[in-house]
Amino acid sequence: MSADSTSLLDALRDELGLIGTKEGCGTGDCGSCSVLFDGKLNCSCLILAPEAEGREIVTVEGIADGDQLHPLQQTFLEGAALQCGVCTPGFLVAAKALLDENPDPTETEIRYGLAGNLCRCTGYDKIVRAVQEAAVQLKTTSEQGA
Amino acid sequence: MTATENPTNYKWIGTRPIRHDGFDKVVGKARFAADLNLPGQLHGSIVRSPHAHAKVVSIDTSAAEAMPGVKAVVTGDDFPALDPTHPNFDTAVNCMARGEVFYNGHAIAAVTATTREEAKAAAAAIEVEYELLPAILSIADSMAEGAPLANSNNYTRFVPPGDPSNLATVTNLDRGDVDQAMADADVVVEMGFDCAHVHQGYIEPHACVVDSGDGKANVWCSSQGHFRVRSMTADVLGVENSKVKVTPAEIGGGFGGKTTIYLEPIAAKLSEKSGRPVKLVMSREEVLRASGPAPSAELRIKVGATNDGELTAIDGWMAYGVGAFGDMAGLIGAMSVASYKFPNLRMETYTALTNTPKSAAYRAPSAPHAAWAIESVVDEIASELGMDPIDLRLKNAAVEGDLTAMGMPHPKVGLVECLEAMKASGHYQSEPVEGASRGMAVGFWFNIGEESSATVNLNEDGTANVITGSPDIGGSRASMALMAAETLGIDVYSITPIVADTESVGFTDVTEGSRATFATGKAVVEACEDLIGQLKARAATIMGVEVDEVAWVDGAAVSPGHGGGESGEPLTLAQITAQAKRTGGPLTATASLNAAGAGPSFAVHCADLKVDEETGETEIVRYTAVQDAGTAIHPSYVEGQMQGGSVQGIGWALNEEYIYDANGAMENASFLDYRIPVASDLPLIETIIVEVPNPAHPYGVRGVGETGIVPPMATIGNAIKAATGVRMTSLPMSPPKVLKKLNER
Repeated sequence: MSADSTSLLDALRDELGLIGTKEGCGTGDCGSCSVLFDGKLNCSCLILAPEAEGREIVTVEGIADGDQLHPLQQTFLEGAALQCGVCTPGFLVAAKALLDENPDPTETEIRYGLAGNLCRCTGYDKIVRAVQEAAVQLKTTSEQGA
Repeated sequence: MTATENPTNYKWIGTRPIRHDGFDKVVGKARFAADLNLPGQLHGSIVRSPHAHAKVVSIDTSAAEAMPGVKAVVTGDDFPALDPTHPNFDTAVNCMARGEVFYNGHAIAAVTATTREEAKAAAAAIEVEYELLPAILSIADSMAEGAPLANSNNYTRFVPPGDPSNLATVTNLDRGDVDQAMADADVVVEMGFDCAHVHQGYIEPHACVVDSGDGKANVWCSSQGHFRVRSMTADVLGVENSKVKVTPAEIGGGFGGKTTIYLEPIAAKLSEKSGRPVKLVMSREEVLRASGPAPSAELRIKVGATNDGELTAIDGWMAYGVGAFGDMAGLIGAMSVASYKFPNLRMETYTALTNTPKSAAYRAPSAPHAAWAIESVVDEIASELGMDPIDLRLKNAAVEGDLTAMGMPHPKVGLVECLEAMKASGHYQSEPVEGASRGMAVGFWFNIGEESSATVNLNEDGTANVITGSPDIGGSRASMALMAAETLGIDVYSITPIVADTESVGFTDVTEGSRATFATGKAVVEACEDLIGQLKARAATIMGVEVDEVAWVDGAAVSPGHGGGESGEPLTLAQITAQAKRTGGPLTATASLNAAGAGPSFAVHCADLKVDEETGETEIVRYTAVQDAGTAIHPSYVEGQMQGGSVQGIGWALNEEYIYDANGAMENASFLDYRIPVASDLPLIETIIVEVPNPAHPYGVRGVGETGIVPPMATIGNAIKAATGVRMTSLPMSPPKVLKKLNER
């Protein structure tokens, strides 16, 4: 399918039609193309498509559980953590990676965990708060489940 | 003050519903410009000048045309030559050079091919022979006596025609007797400043798909105003506006930078020649090298004051470097001087051309530069007088009737209220944390009105479609829905706000000048009021009463003494629309207007920061933004505008700058080297919304998008002065520059 030189980003967008993953720079500097690659946060513009053979790739399209939005998606909406929305998919993926690894991050840990993602609209304030709120909700859910 | 001067009890306005377009944006379904693909679509690539200024001797496209997959090549010769006096002459030349390139990055040719890789390879095979011309790379060089011309098509505007010039505007404002006032002043402070070019930095690169055929160009793109994309593209192609249709995609940030065009006519011409749809997408490097940055500036500001803190005179000289094509940055800079009474004022401003990319609007264009200089000088005066910086400003703050630098009297404005809100804030009332120092500053932006249209269609089930032509760059669809819900008296989620293409809604100007919620919102409200009249007439028919016996209350028709529906209850909007067919047909209304009375917006910012004296690095530990929104329709998105503007200003203050080599090539054309703030650079941005309603809007809206970027540079410069005793006068205040100043102490 993909040529040897095709990036994972282009394969996702052009071949699979998964347009939620965005290209903001193509050089790994903006995080708009963030995906989980075997559970780890990566810029899909820096990965060649053939490298993804046999790996698990999670994009923004795979975060919700059917019609049930992930708490991060819900808190981003409720907290107005998006304005134009073009960086949002990358932030959601990066924030999921952060909370998967660290369910109870401090504000500083959230800020460093999201430092690879550029947003030019929000000044990050409402994004950080939305991630904090999602962490609380996820913790409550997991405590109730336990 | 905060929500207290706004006595009206609104049901929807001031609430924070989830935006209507939000779901698609968190699940990855929203379609931005680069997300659209058409069957048979080709990809384009653009050849750009490697020189800052050169004559184009020849372009040889033959090798490229013979390469695999290549379907068409265009150069400047494929576009009509507009008369130099045509309003879009510069836009046309900026889209595609003709015989002369004016900056490094200027488009010179384009190619389209089956794949991106083929298009890129073919673009690289286009051979251009250049003859170098002298390049102007600084404002000083541009304004020097006998300087070579950066662009020989530029003439100074608003003066009798003369010879071509490097100056696009020259403005001299004078009132009172500045020289006498300075001589009489107890304190006079004069300082010089400079600012580098900075970029709007939207995360979505410019992109479009164009399908030309049957004499018409169908354009899909993201922009702040698709009607302007239509008229500019039509002019560059030399066709009537009606021969271009523009469908807006979701826009991934603009901040003023997407109020013009770069790609659309090129894609249209490639599509016309190839007979296939053509997609053009800029790389990040192209965005930085070839789309509009904000102007650079050189400024000198002198302010005189009395011992008791009255600012008696300002004498200013401001020059803006706008790149290779003329605009009015200097004049707009003068218009932005409006915060203080200044009985004596002299303001000399210039717009100077350089062989760098054509600058574009960036959030309150020209105001940040001027405010940085003036607010720094005013801060020095407060220090010299030993006055609290807010008290000094309160003493001189412009109120209704005071004149701006341009001599226009202010309408009702909220600067005093903003200063008082900051003074009373938890931030200002508490001491900075250990090791931190504080600075504050004021910002102003005048906002604009302009033309807007809105159509509101009521559906049979009692819901409403609100159709406008204002691209939503930060939540404006939610604001339109809130104003419609408030006016009609129905649930905000029963409104579907839609941004329609150029053939499906009336003409609407660009989303710029903080005008969408003000002007387009006003059109929405007027259309809804029209509908209420219609609804009352329908209700009268149903109830069997005269229309003047019917009132509209809380989303329903009531007729005291008559009742409404069968049970005598009020007749709801949904009950009326359900009977539309038998009472006269569909219920729909359109309003179009040219909105007067845009409300100027003031902001006051305060920062606490620490300066690392070993590295020169600045760390902001607390930041508060206060702004007069008039009325906050959706407070979350008002706060978002204030926070986003603040952080863009923080980036401008501390990190961001275009770095050119000696030949005018940009040396930092990537997000790695052109560093915008990231989450770990910042604290939370606290916000206080002040509401001094604008009497010219049905709900008091002023417009909030731009003012927030105006105060941060001086706020931070003033805090750095407080922290170190060093006055920074060059933007950005990056670690090396701060360290140099610290070492000079």
